[in-house]
Amino acid sequence: MPSPRYHREIPARFRLEAGKCAGCGRVSYPARKVCPACRGQEMEQVKLSPRGTVVTSTVIHVPPDDFLNEAPYAMAVVETAEGARFMTQVVDCDPSTVLPGMEVDLEFRLIRKEGKSGILCYGHKGVPGSV
Amino acid sequence: MREVAIVGSGMTKFGELWDMSLRDLFVEAALGAMKSAGVDSIDSIYIGNMSAGQFVGQEHLGPLMADHLGVAGVPATRVESACASGGMALRSAYLEVASGMSDLVLASGVEKMNDGADVTGVLATASDQEQEVYYGVTFPGLYALIARAHMEKYGTTEEDMSWVSVKAHRNGAKNPHAQFRRVMSLEDVMTSSMVAEPLRLLHCSPVTDGGAALLLCPLDRAHEFTDRPVKILASGAATSTLALADRADPADLDVVDLSGKRAYEMAGLTPEDIDVAEVHDCFAIAEICCYEALGFVERGKGKDAAREGITDLGGRIPVNVSGGLKSKGHPVGATGIAQAVTIIEQLRGEGGEVQVEGANIGLAQNLGGSGASSVVHIFQGV
Amino acid sequence: MVARTGNRTLFQATHGPLPLSQRGEKRQNARSVSFGSISGTLGYPVRVPGDTTFVKRSWHQEVEMPGIVGYGAFIPRNRIKSEEIARQWGKDPATIQRGLLLKEKSVPGLDEDTITISVAAGRGALARAGIDPQKVGALYIGSESHPYAVKPSGTVVLEALGLGPEIHVADFEFACKAGTEAMSVALAMVESGRVEYAMGIGADTSQGAPNDALEFSASAGGAAYIFGREKLLAEFLHTYSYTSDTPDFWRREGEFYPRHGGRFTGEPAYFHHVMSATQGILDRSGHKPEDFRYVVLHMPNGKFPLAAGKRMGFTQKQMETGWVVNLMGNSYSGSSPTGLAAILDVADPGDLILITSFGSGAGSDSFIMKATELLPERQGLAPTVRSMLDNPRKYLTYGEYAKLREKIILND
Ligand SMILES: [Zn+2]
Repeated sequence: MPSPRYHREIPARFRLEAGKCAGCGRVSYPARKVCPACRGQEMEQVKLSPRGTVVTSTVIHVPPDDFLNEAPYAMAVVETAEGARFMTQVVDCDPSTVLPGMEVDLEFRLIRKEGKSGILCYGHKGVPGSV
Repeated sequence: MREVAIVGSGMTKFGELWDMSLRDLFVEAALGAMKSAGVDSIDSIYIGNMSAGQFVGQEHLGPLMADHLGVAGVPATRVESACASGGMALRSAYLEVASGMSDLVLASGVEKMNDGADVTGVLATASDQEQEVYYGVTFPGLYALIARAHMEKYGTTEEDMSWVSVKAHRNGAKNPHAQFRRVMSLEDVMTSSMVAEPLRLLHCSPVTDGGAALLLCPLDRAHEFTDRPVKILASGAATSTLALADRADPADLDVVDLSGKRAYEMAGLTPEDIDVAEVHDCFAIAEICCYEALGFVERGKGKDAAREGITDLGGRIPVNVSGGLKSKGHPVGATGIAQAVTIIEQLRGEGGEVQVEGANIGLAQNLGGSGASSVVHIFQGV
Repeated sequence: MVARTGNRTLFQATHGPLPLSQRGEKRQNARSVSFGSISGTLGYPVRVPGDTTFVKRSWHQEVEMPGIVGYGAFIPRNRIKSEEIARQWGKDPATIQRGLLLKEKSVPGLDEDTITISVAAGRGALARAGIDPQKVGALYIGSESHPYAVKPSGTVVLEALGLGPEIHVADFEFACKAGTEAMSVALAMVESGRVEYAMGIGADTSQGAPNDALEFSASAGGAAYIFGREKLLAEFLHTYSYTSDTPDFWRREGEFYPRHGGRFTGEPAYFHHVMSATQGILDRSGHKPEDFRYVVLHMPNGKFPLAAGKRMGFTQKQMETGWVVNLMGNSYSGSSPTGLAAILDVADPGDLILITSFGSGAGSDSFIMKATELLPERQGLAPTVRSMLDNPRKYLTYGEYAKLREKIILND
């Protein structure tokens, strides 16, 4: 993960900043220039609430090289209250319990390392919901 | 637009081909297509290839392949749409002939996956690098997410998916080009190791080296090159969101639906008119989604099709008589061309052990990413 | 801008240390004064670098004492039991549990480090403070396991917490004392009037070599404190530090595991500094052990803080609330700050609280604070330490633990 590419994703990955279409209200995460629902280009910055619901899920048993030591791990499409959907891991629980409908909180975690000596890349993962 | 025919085809053995390089694979397939049509010169080349840059560190395939085919000088370009690269290369070649720009155009696909690259990582680049790959998803993982959504929505089961794999291997066992010419039982499939829940190893297509090529020309010149040309009735392509999370419903491959509708409309046909089809079964769930999206069965009934024999050889609509990507192998950039090669053989009556009786109209559907791009071609024997 | 009034040295709000020429005089003239009430130009005491006495600083208007406006803690959800570690190395679990008073400890996941723990704790602190993150003018993170040798933890944390960019940030290291060090400096930044709010965090994913006594205790966790002047949850009354060069525990640059001086870490290091600092703050504040409802002393294991507390006249009842080490281990820079958070989770208005940290090398910081009327209504706004202690995710085998702590040599 080259640093410049990582750096520009920080607002979305670290603070869950998203874009809300002024025209139709659709929330895109991360923010986009053009609304995928109505093609409006007027966007307001919003922050996703740090919790959501699992829409669909899997448990990765054969991971990419960068995630070799973490397998098996659960991945899910999570939908927040704002209606934004995104993909992330769900951790701190038995991965087989991560199923559609599960409530998750989003916690700040180390997502990947750029090799042994490269930068550390952070973001949000789901953990079992506290409520 | 001119009417376009396919007059020659060639393909390599699919599998772990340790003695063959990327260029070897292309040259063998391309020479096969040219020889079968009896031509020694062509006007243009399209090369479907997903990721030679990552698999073998080689970009700029156009001149490389033209040179090694001995036709340096002709226009040659690579076409990329992840696993739909082959199908999109065919579409590009079709458009070039149909437009009147060129007469003899080679549509090819090639991928060398077994050369030591991190295949899982390379394939994952066909999904959203920032929103999906960053968090550790794999391609089987993406289709597993689709599978679980499909299970939630339609009640599809792991066994339903397993029947698709059983059918694939039953057909592939009869295909001399196939990577895995082995019959697999339901138990074999359902006890194979877990890759990404609920997908097991035998729900997944393998890592494959291979190349395939087709020679296209205007229909009115087809008989100069072959007695049994096959006409391209339609080419329909579509895109959907790259990231699965942005998809309206992760349970449905809407991109297949859209590309299929476009192809049917262009051909003036309906799903009932299709005699034989090759669809993109990179994972068993994808084949089930394709049954539904292409209208072979009603939505939600895809799960029953393989188990009930609807898509078997001899069934109402035989699908993936080649063994599909599952058994034949899935050299990603070559797959779209190889699917068309199978359909051409069927429509020419050259299907051998898996020939569908009286097949006249065939369909090939090639999918890119987790359902982000799709291209459908419909062919007719003439 | 220094004026002399009788035997007191007063100086107006300026930054930086006193001129050297003034220091001797100040040392002679100053006398210990409680932080307690300040109004008008009486000022409140501040410590000057290199000096253990107090001087008073004047203020032109009535000011409230700085204190804690928000706090939060985080403990990773994995645990390993002492007996599992003992079994691995052929030791008797009962002896270990009796000797160190450690039942289990927290273990970070592969995706948890000082930065992620700091963010989680910091979010709790912001939730309890209810302040605009942009008003936090300083952020200090104390740890001996900063994920980068060069590049601050604080920059990642500030972005995740929505602080900055107009903010002063630094990473601190002083073995297990780095957390209270960060708190001290954050407090001082608010006290000096330089910033409105400042955050100090202590967090660690502690290292301990396999088959070393440290392996039973080295754990992960941390706590974050926001200091301010208004709407305090706990009013800071006194601070005191005691430091000397005592090589009891260290890790050289580039080494993976720390080393320690065995029994030398006890009397000359831990007990000497913890007891000196605690006695120092008692002497200067005029308080007696029985004045405090809660006391937390740094917890390298279960036994040391209880023994030190007992020798100084603190009771089990005063110490048990902050004594979280038996269930979470020693989270190094996060240890005493997490103990303090456990106390703030349950303290009542008016409770006096004493905390003394310890960092090898060696030194101790002591703070005395008083819970305010506001504390109870903020306690529930973020997860409590007890809730995190009581809800472990899973108990690891030693093999799983060795994998998570990256103690297994793998191919690149
Ligand atoms: Zn819109």
